[in-house]
Amino acid sequence: MVLTFRCIKWIVGLSKFDKIRLFKSIRSRRLFQSIKETFMEALLHRKIFRKNPVLGYMHMSLAFGWFLLIVVGHLETMIAEHSLFVPFHKAVFFRYYEGFDEFFLSGLFSFLMDFLLLFVLSGLMFAIVKRFRKKLFGLRRTTHLKSGDKIALTSLWLIFPLRLLAESTSAAVYHNGGFLTSGVGAAIDFIGNPAIFYYPLWMAYSLSLGFFFVALPNSRYMHIPTEVVFIFLRVAGIRLKKQNDSYTDVQVFSCSRCGICLDKCQLSVAGIDDSQSVYLLKNIRNKNLSDEKLFNCLMCGRCQVDCPVGIETIELRTVQRIESTREYNSSYDYLIQEVATKADVVYFAGCMTHLTPRVISSMKKIFATAEEDVWFMDEVKAPCCGRPLMLAGQYEAARKLIENNSRMILDSGAHTLVVSCPICYKVFKEDYKLPDVEVVFHAQYIYDLIHSGKLSVDTSNQRMVYHDPCELGRGMGMYETPRKLLGRIGEVVHMKDEKEYAFCCGGSLGNLKISEDKRKLLRDQALVTYEGFSPDILVTACPKCKKTFAAGRKLKVFDLAEIVAGAICVDSLSKEKEILEKQEADCYAVEGL
Amino acid sequence: MSQFDFLQPKSRQIEIEQFDDRILTYVLEREQSFLTCISCGGCTATCSAGNLTSFNVRKIGLSLRRGNINDLSDEVQKCMFCGKCTLVCPRDINIRNVVLLIKKGIAQLETEKTL
Repeated sequence: MVLTFRCIKWIVGLSKFDKIRLFKSIRSRRLFQSIKETFMEALLHRKIFRKNPVLGYMHMSLAFGWFLLIVVGHLETMIAEHSLFVPFHKAVFFRYYEGFDEFFLSGLFSFLMDFLLLFVLSGLMFAIVKRFRKKLFGLRRTTHLKSGDKIALTSLWLIFPLRLLAESTSAAVYHNGGFLTSGVGAAIDFIGNPAIFYYPLWMAYSLSLGFFFVALPNSRYMHIPTEVVFIFLRVAGIRLKKQNDSYTDVQVFSCSRCGICLDKCQLSVAGIDDSQSVYLLKNIRNKNLSDEKLFNCLMCGRCQVDCPVGIETIELRTVQRIESTREYNSSYDYLIQEVATKADVVYFAGCMTHLTPRVISSMKKIFATAEEDVWFMDEVKAPCCGRPLMLAGQYEAARKLIENNSRMILDSGAHTLVVSCPICYKVFKEDYKLPDVEVVFHAQYIYDLIHSGKLSVDTSNQRMVYHDPCELGRGMGMYETPRKLLGRIGEVVHMKDEKEYAFCCGGSLGNLKISEDKRKLLRDQALVTYEGFSPDILVTACPKCKKTFAAGRKLKVFDLAEIVAGAICVDSLSKEKEILEKQEADCYAVEGL
Repeated sequence: MSQFDFLQPKSRQIEIEQFDDRILTYVLEREQSFLTCISCGGCTATCSAGNLTSFNVRKIGLSLRRGNINDLSDEVQKCMFCGKCTLVCPRDINIRNVVLLIKKGIAQLETEKTL
């Protein structure tokens, strides 16, 4: 009853548009998609299986096994009673109330029910072992449990052994058991008179079952019904907003505390083990989220990739950061509107790229060689793109920077905006409204230049390891383009942990609390792995990653723009040299030197 | 003539009675690395906001240590959180966190009158 009430409260709490989306999806084909996903993930736990088969089996056997026990049990009762409507308690405790006489297919049902019970018990065995010997399951750490969870867990773990014992006692007394219950029943018979154990065992079984359901709404097992609601809402197209609402709650309560996100989080290498996603969600539920934990996350996205429920951990954290910083968003009144230069293409280097000047000179060389009409927008000065401010939660303040930059870009009349920093790329693509302007990442832009013949590069047999920046890879889904580009020039080594499983360099602007020496531990974790492939160089597509790795002094690090600039064909160079010399001459002319 | 401000320095008297160390304590409890600042000015030199307006990050450290909350609260509004200062700091101070803590501390002081 508590569950239905909660479910209704959540749906009512959705925004008007979301409610419409939800009802439309139920009436459309998406209903089947929701049901299918519920089946595949909530019952069969397909995602967990792909990550770790034993873990997947454990979750599946408990969830799917229990589900089948209920369904098959109902069928059995319906056939035995010769009626479509059977009281719920009769179906659940079938072997207590009925099952004394033979009925159609009773033998088959006895076998099936016993088999399913064995199935569930095997998963239970795994669960018990996992709690005490987690390394056997390939997990380095699992979640700490609250007392409410421990109580619910204990009653859950007791349900099936007690069911086995209770049904076995019935089997011993009434001979209505299958292969498993008859066997155990015989054992009970051997120990003593089963009739003595009969009522106590059935009582214990029903008590633990009832207790579990009472304890459920206040424990991690709330995730079971919530996850189903979540699936339906997500398939309906409902998304998280920039403030806490009903959908946030649904996601927060869908967490099963499985601990898979803990395993993936690199912060544990640095000794930080209280700010991971599972704890964030716990703190949100308990309303005791501190800034120290909220901002102590790299926002790298590794946890989100493997979450079996599909909780959007990064977006949820962003919403909490926005809520936390509402009171102190600056107004940036000092921003003035600079005059824009008319051009076809605008290049925005970004704050961090200015600290990697070789990337800028490489981009200039590339533009010149390809004879592109480019306005280097922030060559002298421009506001930050706004994303670092958003990562710090201050979305309102970031709006001011976005307005200022947007005005300049639109005034230039350009059709293309090229960026060389993935952090800028993400915000320009997702949060800026630039009609008729295509936002292109420099890897894509350069690849297009080569493809269209405006730029040609020499090949070499340089062995490169390419590091996927978090903001570009998991953040924007761009994994192949940089590899295709680099593949034109040298050899890109294939690694096991790459693309969406790639390491974070540790330089993240998403984490505002971590100390520099802890960042170095993360950096070295990645570097040691890359060194293991014996590359000639390490290539990345993000200036922050580049600065971070270069400080490690283990491998030479380059941005892909530098690699391209260094590989430009000699014949095209002479014209480019002409253009650059003219640009230099113009520069000196202006300064009167 | 703003280039020659240094020839007409403001008063260098530090008024001890106006020293309000609440924000300093709040920051130091959560970001101890700030103690190691040598006032080199690298942060100010690279600052994106400093490129657009007269914003002096090094002075924030100074105001913080002098307990000068009024100046602090005006200046700290200008930060765009780009992170360049933290990148160039030779003492590995998490300046971005210091600014965040100052903003949070001042906001809390205003609303709750206590930290």
